Amino acid sequence: MSTVTVLLFASYAESFGGATLEIPLNSGDTVGDLVDSLRSLPGASILPDSPRVAVNQKFASYDQTVHARDEIALIPPVAGG
Amino acid sequence: MIRVAIVTRAIDPAAIIASIASTGYGAISLFAGTVRDTSDGRGVSAIDYSAYTSMAEAELKQIVAEAADRFGITSLIVEHRIGVLSLGETSVAIAAAHAHRAPAFDCTRYVIEEIKKRVPIWKMEHYIDGTREWVDPTKASGVASA
Repeated sequence: MSTVTVLLFASYAESFGGATLEIPLNSGDTVGDLVDSLRSLPGASILPDSPRVAVNQKFASYDQTVHARDEIALIPPVAGG
Repeated sequence: MIRVAIVTRAIDPAAIIASIASTGYGAISLFAGTVRDTSDGRGVSAIDYSAYTSMAEAELKQIVAEAADRFGITSLIVEHRIGVLSLGETSVAIAAAHAHRAPAFDCTRYVIEEIKKRVPIWKMEHYIDGTREWVDPTKASGVASA
């Protein structure tokens, strides 16, 4: 088993208590699996039903496979403008 | 010229207009988003913008490419500022130039609407009563911002 780093921003960084999280990663894990892992961590109550996730700086679908070197980010509701 | 940037300095809309002006254009449309003094009835003192900067710039590039293609625009500048902004300051500026006004108007509208949907930028509102809150448009009370 390896790990993957998840970048956190804004309200999610505050809720989880840091700018990054290290999450265990099994071969073949998907974005959806990663979100499920995140839900067991302290601070996860802030997450909506289907939080947006970016893989390598692009919004990803939940069935996309995650690799250990991917840049994963959990994207809170955006509020630019 | 097509250019996007996340900036930490003040945005100068006049300078943006000057940089895309050309005698070949008959229209320059500028949208400027500014920091308003109230939000859902609460007095606002400042807004702190933050971003996932590398992805925000990538998304902005994607949006302007779509807009350029859709509206036949070849001159388009987008700047979004991050950091703590005071009331009235410009948080975002979008300028589009075209021979005619309709594509220029439509382009700026498209870009701001897409920014609000998918560019990873967040804002924390600071209120005059000393409290603060992350803005979550998915939980908005129906009052549109900016």
